[in-house]
Amino acid sequence: MSEAGGVHAAHAAHGHHEALGFWRTYVFSTDHKMIGRQFFFLGLFMLVIGGLLAMLMRWQLGWPERPVPGLAWVPEPFMIEGIIPPETYNSLFTMHATIMIFFAVMPIMIGCFGNFLIPLMIGARDMAFPVLNMLSFWTGALGGVVMLAGFFVPGGHAAGGWTAYAPLTAKAVYTGVDWGQNLWNISLIIIGFSSLMGAINYITTIINMRAPGMTWFRLPLVIWSLFITSILLLLALPVFTAALAMLLSDRMLGSHFFLPEGGGEPLLWQHLFWFFGHPEVYVLVLPAMGVTSDVLSTFSRKPIFGYRAMAMSMISIGFLSWVVWGHHMFISGMNPVLGNAFMMSTMVIAVPSAIKTFNWLGTLWGGSIRFTTPMLNALAFVMIFVIGGLSGVFMASTPVDIFIHDTYFIVAHFHYVVAGIVFGMFAAIYYWFPKMFGRMMNETLGKIHFCLTFTFFNATFFPMHFLGVAGHMRRIWNPLQYEFLQPLQGMNQFISVSAFLLALSQVPFVINLVWGLCAGKKAAENPWHANTLEWAAPSPPPHGNWGETIPSVHHGPYEYSVPNMAEDYLPQHQPLAVPAAAAH
Amino acid sequence: MLDMLKWLPENVSTYGGEIDHLFYIIYYITGVGFLLVAVGMVAFLIMYRQREGRRATYLHGNTAIEVTWTVVTAVIFIVLALMSQPLWGRVKQQVPPSNFQLRVTAKQFNWEIVYPGPDGKFDTADDLMMNNEMYVPVNRVIHVFLASKDVIHSFFLPHLRLKQDTVPGRVIQAWFEATKPGRYEIPCAELCGFGHSGMKGWLTVYSPEEYEKWMKQQWPRS
Repeated sequence: MSEAGGVHAAHAAHGHHEALGFWRTYVFSTDHKMIGRQFFFLGLFMLVIGGLLAMLMRWQLGWPERPVPGLAWVPEPFMIEGIIPPETYNSLFTMHATIMIFFAVMPIMIGCFGNFLIPLMIGARDMAFPVLNMLSFWTGALGGVVMLAGFFVPGGHAAGGWTAYAPLTAKAVYTGVDWGQNLWNISLIIIGFSSLMGAINYITTIINMRAPGMTWFRLPLVIWSLFITSILLLLALPVFTAALAMLLSDRMLGSHFFLPEGGGEPLLWQHLFWFFGHPEVYVLVLPAMGVTSDVLSTFSRKPIFGYRAMAMSMISIGFLSWVVWGHHMFISGMNPVLGNAFMMSTMVIAVPSAIKTFNWLGTLWGGSIRFTTPMLNALAFVMIFVIGGLSGVFMASTPVDIFIHDTYFIVAHFHYVVAGIVFGMFAAIYYWFPKMFGRMMNETLGKIHFCLTFTFFNATFFPMHFLGVAGHMRRIWNPLQYEFLQPLQGMNQFISVSAFLLALSQVPFVINLVWGLCAGKKAAENPWHANTLEWAAPSPPPHGNWGETIPSVHHGPYEYSVPNMAEDYLPQHQPLAVPAAAAH
Repeated sequence: MLDMLKWLPENVSTYGGEIDHLFYIIYYITGVGFLLVAVGMVAFLIMYRQREGRRATYLHGNTAIEVTWTVVTAVIFIVLALMSQPLWGRVKQQVPPSNFQLRVTAKQFNWEIVYPGPDGKFDTADDLMMNNEMYVPVNRVIHVFLASKDVIHSFFLPHLRLKQDTVPGRVIQAWFEATKPGRYEIPCAELCGFGHSGMKGWLTVYSPEEYEKWMKQQWPRS
């Protein structure tokens, strides 16, 4: 079958849609947009839980061993008259990270926006495998239920860190956690299958179902980012799933993969975990980079600077992400010779990230910049990512890492990279909300939310660099147990207050979201005057997305401010004669 | 406030100064990089804000500029790696010879420190084991053999810029040479269970005379 024939056959298969009942429209939907919305609300719900866990941690770090106000009712052994014991504290940071990474950032950035945007932006009627897509969501939701169940089992939830280093996690006696850790493993195996189904679907859809004229180098960068993310997931998750199964087997079946007394090797867990874990970091951050590229170009009214370099740098990040995992293990006891190799590969992977930053700046240069809420968030993502990227250089340098490894410097660094994704996430929510829900969010509330979030994000995470430089270890329950950390307590309290204010700063967002869903102004088809295909569909798009015919694509996605045109944008589907130089 | 590295604990080891020096170099390079990007971005946001009658420049990129910034950043990062490598080798690979050896075995939630005694040999009758107390003379290369009885711990001497995980099933050698007498904390830096927070010992660095005195107290008959 010719490629064109394949495309048409695939589109035809998705062309017919009848009126469906409540269950098949809202619950067991196969419509990529509904599945996207389902992932969105799942992710937001888990984001709140993950955030609340962080608040408890910050209380304990700011005011160690003092009762948390209002929580005296929590039964022992989780809390003792409102005081957080060390076992619970270890569960808090373990579950904060696990929930934020696997159940908040991934569902929103990949599950929600991947699902919602891929068919709409490439001009397809749905995903290649709609039923698999539905299954992916419900498998993920099951994983979420199993993960939350861990909070209610005797012994408490997993307390070995999200990195779950064996042998600490390989025997219940080492942490005192029994079924909490088992459920943690089982849940991540389940959600791994969910992500695999999604990844296969995204890859197949992007390769096979692009609208006529949508060549690879006319794809919006957010689609490029989701494509590379999906490939990374497809290759990394089987390794992680296997490692999780091995760890579970050590715990429950008496094997010794990671237990030295039976001939196992504790460092094997770290190698397997980080072989997954480092590509996972890019899985988290690439979609936010893609969103940022699209939003910056739209609101600068200017083509993205260096489109091919942007796509190529994401591809090279995709390749290099497989050879940097050892930089998490410089002081693990791994052969120090390997440290040199991983340091070099880590320094090299900084280059494509730097290229992306420069290209974002190049996009702003000479633009006509609109300071909308999505734009402010995208700009913040760039600044936050720059700080997170630069702080990564310190730990890439092996001798410096000896000192800062396992300190708050690392905590600061990965919050600037991974928690910084929330700015990409908010940019995406404010930008695509009109398309997702057919209504506009309030700009003023959005800007208030942005200003507060940006301020308290930095007030929370920037001072952590200072703590780290002072040697403050991460994952300690009470810093006052150490004489050399006692002078830092004021800083810890400042961070805690900032973190509480950062949480409160989300109130305007929640109001805006609820208000927007219920009473927001009806959104036009293309409220931002953007070029990409999703803006050619109605807001919100119907099941099947397009009317009778699939749109044809005539240009790249970033043809803004084309000379000699009345409008400053040229949608991809609009067959206007443009100057030869502009035909990208 | 601008000088973040003022927050470093006082350095009292021979190689700590070199690590701090590299720390400063990276701090200045990344600081300049950050300022360039931040100032550039703010300037562009002001200069190119939307104004009536002005249209954005229609520009897809500039190969010369893109090649330049790619090469410049690549060179900076690779040079940083090459600068780091020799020091890493001195701390982790080229251990200076010494006959002063200690065994440190981590367990939930203590450091067991074994002294070989006056005969300088382990596993003999005059071995001495202490929990969480390490005594060494100043200006002497100390070899530490790190092991663990249960889970992974991390032997961290913030004031000496030394950190090394202890892994069950392995013996990992580390070394340091303290340059100033005093008492320094030895926290565990790797999550090791519910007692991780508070797992710490003390390193006491004595002057040679004080160390001799301490030796006499521990092994009075030698």
